[in-house]
Formats: sequence, structure tokens, C-alpha cells
Amino acid sequence: MALSKLDNLYRQVILDHSAHPHHHGHLQQATNEIELRNPTCGDVLQLEVAVADGKISDVAFSGDGCTISQASASMMTDAVIGKTPAEAEQMVQVFSEMIIGDKPNLDLTVLGDASILEGVAKFPARIKCATLAWKALNNALTGDDGKGMAHLLSSHEE
Amino acid sequence: MGKNLNDIRADFPILDQQVNDEPLVYLDNAATTQKPKAVVEALTHYYYNDNANVHRGVHTLAERATEDFEAAREKVRAFINARSTKEVLFTRGTTTSLNWIAASYGEANITVGDEIVISYMEHHSNLVPWQQLALRKQATLKYIKMNADGTLDMADAQQQITDKTKIVAIAQVSNVLGVVNPIKELAKLAHQHGAVMVADGAQSLPNMPVDVQDLDCDFLAFSGHKMLGPTGIGGLYAKEDLLNAMEPIEFGGEMIDFVNLFDSSWSELPWKFEAGTPDISGAIGLGAAIDYLNQFGMAAVQEHEQKLVNYVLPKLLAIDGLTVYGPHDPAKHTGVIAFNLEGLHPHDLATGLDMEGVAVRAGHHCAQPLMKYLNVPATARASFYIYNTKADADRLVDSIVATKEFFKNGTI
Ligand SMILES: Cc1ncc(COP(=O)(O)O)c(C=O)c1O
Repeated sequence: MALSKLDNLYRQVILDHSAHPHHHGHLQQATNEIELRNPTCGDVLQLEVAVADGKISDVAFSGDGCTISQASASMMTDAVIGKTPAEAEQMVQVFSEMIIGDKPNLDLTVLGDASILEGVAKFPARIKCATLAWKALNNALTGDDGKGMAHLLSSHEE
Repeated sequence: MGKNLNDIRADFPILDQQVNDEPLVYLDNAATTQKPKAVVEALTHYYYNDNANVHRGVHTLAERATEDFEAAREKVRAFINARSTKEVLFTRGTTTSLNWIAASYGEANITVGDEIVISYMEHHSNLVPWQQLALRKQATLKYIKMNADGTLDMADAQQQITDKTKIVAIAQVSNVLGVVNPIKELAKLAHQHGAVMVADGAQSLPNMPVDVQDLDCDFLAFSGHKMLGPTGIGGLYAKEDLLNAMEPIEFGGEMIDFVNLFDSSWSELPWKFEAGTPDISGAIGLGAAIDYLNQFGMAAVQEHEQKLVNYVLPKLLAIDGLTVYGPHDPAKHTGVIAFNLEGLHPHDLATGLDMEGVAVRAGHHCAQPLMKYLNVPATARASFYIYNTKADADRLVDSIVATKEFFKNGTI
């Protein structure tokens, strides 16, 4: 039965992260905030990042999305806390190369649990779901104050 | 008429394939339908034998191309029972048609304080053009509510449509809720208040008999690709006196009568609106699609879909945890069925169905205000068409159940 292929996409770790997401909610004091939408499916992700002493001290996310986008956001938060913004941006890079799936010998260890999303590469229609959180992180870190960027990127709001 | 709808799958070669190792069940017809051989062959025939530009040559091919192109217009005219081909404009599709109405009729007739009335169930293409027109003109955009079962609240329509209303624009069939809206009644109401009635026919023309004279709508927009035709072609019906009063949106070749250095005059209807080389092959393909549908007759097409809905809707409603949007009475529901499975995002559900070879859509279906109204981020949607069968309906139901089990039991 072809449904068994779903196992490649929905690994147990992914289902666990989606059912019990880590760092879900809001931060007391965020230094960078962003809201990103996936206009094709209606997913919304709010990401708050706190950077202190040159490191990402805390991250929180909220919003609406499918199993893949929620699990990916949860795994991303686990992976980037304690990293410097530069290290985090490097991880964004590794994650997108992994998802595109055309580089066979990538070292995925920096991604932690998130490396299990490698299987998404075989489901092209779901790549955007997996990358939403990482894109949000990238934009939150590279935007001048996060907010200016957030404004630009939430043009899909009613 | 007379050709049997139960035996047409061979006309659609694309349906005969495996997707993810399962036979394809195509249930995304509200997005676009598949094309019968007759339509693809009409395109090939045109390019192999008759290709030339229209309305511009004296040579034989130009004559043939023009004849075929205008014959397609006549087929559209007959299909919707317009009074004359002057009332039938070829466009890129529903979206272009609706934008033309807003840009030409709307631009000239809407002023500060006027009202434009639409509904919460409109597709973005019958919403954003009016919203933007209202913003440009400082007019008021008003929304008609729905009843609990998703049908249009006609009592609210009576309230919303007033003497200030200049345009009422409503889908004849919703692309999410699967309801049929009473365009004829709405047109009467609009006319009582001096407004024009715009019908979005994108989902109605493919599925039921549509008679613009009986509906008495002033405008009707539709897309060829949702009714077996090629992408890139569609139409705009409008009453002749309105078109005569309206200014063209685009200027250039084909649409002019005389061009002087500092002014020009326009060609007659319908060409006044069709600037530049049109989608000749698209129009011919659309004509072939109409011929194909006419073999059965639209009443038979509607009946075929109704039978499938009568069969599948109760089965869907019986799935524990499945919510169906729109009416639960099959008699009030068209072949467009939106649903959600409790605890599972529609994207995950659609991926599960895709693994079973069942193609459905998941998302907001270009109706974000409707999703908000229903208080859901998105839905899954199965939409049936003439080549779908009860076996397809069974495959849908079985694969929803299997996907549900998969996510309930976790996995490896
Ligand atoms: C009700 C309705 N209106 C308008 C449209 C827009 O049609 P098109 O994209 O062909 O212009 C669609 C199709 O997506 C529709 O379902």
C-alpha cells in the first residue's frame, strides 16, 4: 500500500514534535520578531528571538500550520538556542541544502533533531512547510530590527 | 446528446496513470479539469492546418483561422444563451473578466459613497478587484452573510443591497462550500435598486446549464480550463448596451476602427475590447470543449455529479472526526466538497491522499476571508467532474480513513 511511504515523511520524532512542540508561545523580551506566511496554504508562523551577549538566548514560536511546519519550527528552536546569529545562519544554509536534497554528503549534525526532516526532500509539495520556520529565523536575524522586515513580509495579511 | 457519461474515461488519457504506485483518482477539478482528446486534437489540428492571424489577412489560412475563432465565439454564445456574439468577449479567464468589469464599468460608474455588495464566500478574484475599486473611489464594500449551512443568507442580501448599491457581484457556485447561489433572485434585487449584477460563473458553467437571459445577470465571467478547455482562455458575457457604453481596457491592434494622429475610434462589439492578437487556439479549444459537453447536455452533466454527491456525501459525513463545510443535504451540494479531519492539518491529509493516488487540494482555495468566516486556517477539498465514478468516490473515502488511521496509530 502506497500509504506506507508516508513513514518516510512522518517519522515518530516529527509526530512527537508536532504534538508537543518545544518553545511554543511567546517571550517576555524578544529582540527580534517576525510573522511569516505561506500564502499557498494559509500557514502562519510568528517567531520571537532573544539575542543576548552575542548569542541566541531564547526563541519562541506560535501560529497555525501542518505537522511538518510545526515540527520543523519546534526542532529549529531546539537547535539554535545557545548559538550565535552567525552560527544560526549557517544552520539555515545547511537546512535548506538538505531540503533541496541535491548534495549527498552534507554534514547534518549541527541540525540536531531537525536533520530527520531530510525525508521531506522526497515530497516536493511539502518543502515549503519545512522551510517556513528556518526562513523566519533567517529573516528575523538579518532584518534590521526584525520588525521592519516583519512588516514587509506580512503583506499577505488581510 | 445521447453519448453516455459512464463510459468516457478513455477520452481522457491523463487519467490512465499510476501516481505513487496507485491508479490516479483526480479530484481537483474545481482547480482545473482534465482535457479530452477532442480538445487536444482541436489545438493540434489548428496548428497543423489552419494557423494564421485573425481578422487581418485576405489569404486562405487567415480566413480559416478567423472563421474557426468566430465559430468558437458562437459556440460560447449558444452555450450561455446570449442574445448575440456581440455580447461574448474572449478573455484570459474569470480573473481577467472580473478585472475588466471593475476597470471599465466600475471605474466609470462608481463614486464616493456608492456601495459594492459581494459575499463572504467569494474567490479572491471576485473580491480583490471590488475591494481595490472601492478603495480607489472611496466607495463601501459590503458582504452578504451565509446561513449556518453555508447557503447565502437572502434575508441579509435584502438588507445589504440598497439604493446606494451600484454593483452586486456573487459566485453562481462556490468553489469551497459547493452551494449554488440564486443569481436570478439576486439580479432582480440588484435591478430593483438600480445596480448591475455580476455573476462569477467559474464553477457554474462547467457543471450546470447556465442561461444568461433567464438569470438576467448583466455580466458573467468564466474560465475555459475549468470546463475541459485549455488554460489561458475564458470569457466575459455582458449585455450589449452596457458594453456599448463601456470604454475598452486595452488599446492597440484589432480593437480600432480608424486611427488618426491624435484620436481614434473603436471597432464594433465584441472586437472593441479584444486588443492585440487573441488566444486563437485557446478559443478553438474552448469551442471543442463545449462541443464535447454538448454531446451529453449540461443537464446530464449536472445529474451525473449529483449522483456522485448523493453517493459520497453521506459516506464522508459518516467518517468520525470529519467535518464537511457547506450543506450536508446532498440535494443542496454540488460536486465541490471541502472538509477537515479533526486533529490533522489539511496539508497532511492531502499528502496522505496523494500517497494513495488521490489528488485533492488543500489550502485556503483563494478564499481567505471565507476561511476566516469559517474559523479554519485551511481545508481539504475534493471536487468531482464528469469522468469521476463511484469507484473514485470509494477510493477517496477509503484513503481518508486510511490516512486517519495512519496518524492515529503513529508510525514506525
Ligand atoms: C469561483 C471562482 N472564481 C474565480 C476563479 C478564478 O478563475 P481563474 O483562475 O481561471 O481566473 C475560480 C478558480 O480558481 C473560482 O473557483
